[in-house]
Formats: sequence, structure tokens, C-alpha cells
Amino acid sequence: MNLSDVPQPDSPFAEPWQARVFALTVAMNEAGHFAWTDWAAVFGRHLQGTRDGAGDYWRAWAAALEEMLTQAGIADDAGVAALAERWQAAAHATPHGQPINLENADR
Amino acid sequence: MPHDHHHDHDNHLDPMEARTRALETILTRKGLVDPAAVDAIIETYAEKVGPRNGAQVVARAWDDPAFADWLARDATAAIASMGFSGRQGEHMQAVFNTESLHNLVVCTLCSCYPWPVLGLPPVWYKSPAYRARAVLEPRAVLREFGLHLPEEVAVRVWDSTAEMRYLVIPQRPAGTEGWSRDALADLVSREAMIGTALARVPS
Repeated sequence: MNLSDVPQPDSPFAEPWQARVFALTVAMNEAGHFAWTDWAAVFGRHLQGTRDGAGDYWRAWAAALEEMLTQAGIADDAGVAALAERWQAAAHATPHGQPINLENADR
Repeated sequence: MPHDHHHDHDNHLDPMEARTRALETILTRKGLVDPAAVDAIIETYAEKVGPRNGAQVVARAWDDPAFADWLARDATAAIASMGFSGRQGEHMQAVFNTESLHNLVVCTLCSCYPWPVLGLPPVWYKSPAYRARAVLEPRAVLREFGLHLPEEVAVRVWDSTAEMRYLVIPQRPAGTEGWSRDALADLVSREAMIGTALARVPS
């Protein structure tokens, strides 16, 4: 593999969720909910075994954030999964082109 | 009818998109993050902060020996004096390339990187291959970037941490005497400030 052949997108984020999970982490750190050194240790562990610096990297980032929030007692896997399903239901219930609101999950 | 609200162009969220929205909903409901602050962070790192900042620091160091001295002694303060400070730039060290030494920056643990001067890291910087190989075989990595250093030039690899971030100050190309700082900054790529390239030589 030639490292310099890796595609170089202009934006650091290939998909919107990558930007959001990044910003959520920075916001939590800035609000004092965890130290960046603690974050780096957990994130570094999740990065072990990843294959690329793009999609894999951001999936590891998201998993590390979930672990930080679980450790802090803020979120748990079942709760996140249930809410993610409601977001999916909301998306299915929202006409194409309109913003997806969680309230639509109940429609 | 299987579904009351079927649409021809049904929305389906990528699983990671749905999961991230769930996390944000939880954090917002608990009052731990403000969605507007999250938007502002994205705008900053997707659009505002980038390697142009670092290039201005390098150009000034080339053009202003007193500033270069300050940068060598206290990079955090010298860089902050140009308005580039904040997250992941709290503890900076500038490492200067010379005729006999080339500096290369990596983060073997994750992707620590000086955001205020370079923005967020490129994909290759975050790749397992770069993170592992930059330390083990830096010259081979540099050759893959097209950088063939003479054997007599030593390569020093700096492993970034959450506490210390590095900015490579490349050597000023010959033939740029009297250039404006803006013109000098145009010669300085992101790669040159990580150490996988040199400053561009004016044609």
C-alpha cells in the first residue's frame, strides 16, 4: 500500500454522522465531563485492529464515545439501541426531503 | 397494507447515523450538550480551521528570527500570539528541520494532532499503516510520499500524545529572499508541517 495514494477528501468528514460524533465528543470534553487524556486512552484501544483511517476510524471513535458515556453512567447500550430504532422509525415515517424529527416515530 | 406510512422514496438511516442521533438525543435531553454548540464545533473544524494557519506560522518563522526563537522556546505562546489557540493546541512544540535533521510527526496511539494550526488530520495520518510504520521504518514511509532524503540526513520521529502536539517547521527554500509572508505561506503544505514533504521550491 502506498500511503500517499489514499484519497484525500477536502472535508475531514465523509459523512454527517462522523462530524456529529466528533463534535459531541469535543463538546462533552469542553463541558468537563471527561478529560482528553482519558478519551485518548479509550479511543486508542478501540482503534486497535481497525483497517483504515476513514470509516473504520470513525466507527471506532463512536464506539469509544459510547464506552465513555457508559462508564460515566450517562448512557447504556440498550438505551442507545432503542433510541436508534426510534430514529430509524422516524426516518421511515418522514416524507423524503423533509427534516427527520424524532416525534415522527410515533406517527 | 404492511405499513400505514409507506413512501415510494422511503428514508432509511445508515445504522451509524441512527446511533449517533440517539447519542445526541440522550446528551441533549440530559442537558449535557447544546446542539448549537455541536453545530458550531462542526463548522469550525469542517470549514474554518486548517493548515493555512500553520503555514502562516511557518512563513513568519522564516521571515522573523525573533519569532522563530520564540517558537523554538515556547511554541504554544508564540502560536497563540497569532490567534491560533484552543483545543488540542494547549501544549505545542515546534520542531525545526535542518540540513542534517528531518522531523516527522505521528500519533501511534490514536490521532493526536495540532488542530489550531493544521485542522483535523488527513485520512492517511489516522491509518493503522502510517501509525505503525512511521516509527518502524520512517524512511520507507517518506519514500512512499515521494520524499527521498539523503542518507546523511537523520530522521527524527515525534510521537504525539494528548499532552504534546508537534508542528514541523520545514526549511525555507532557496530563492525566496524578499518574498512576502503570504507568498511564503503558499509554499507550505499540510504534509510539510507533518514531515511527509518539504516546502515547495519555487519554480
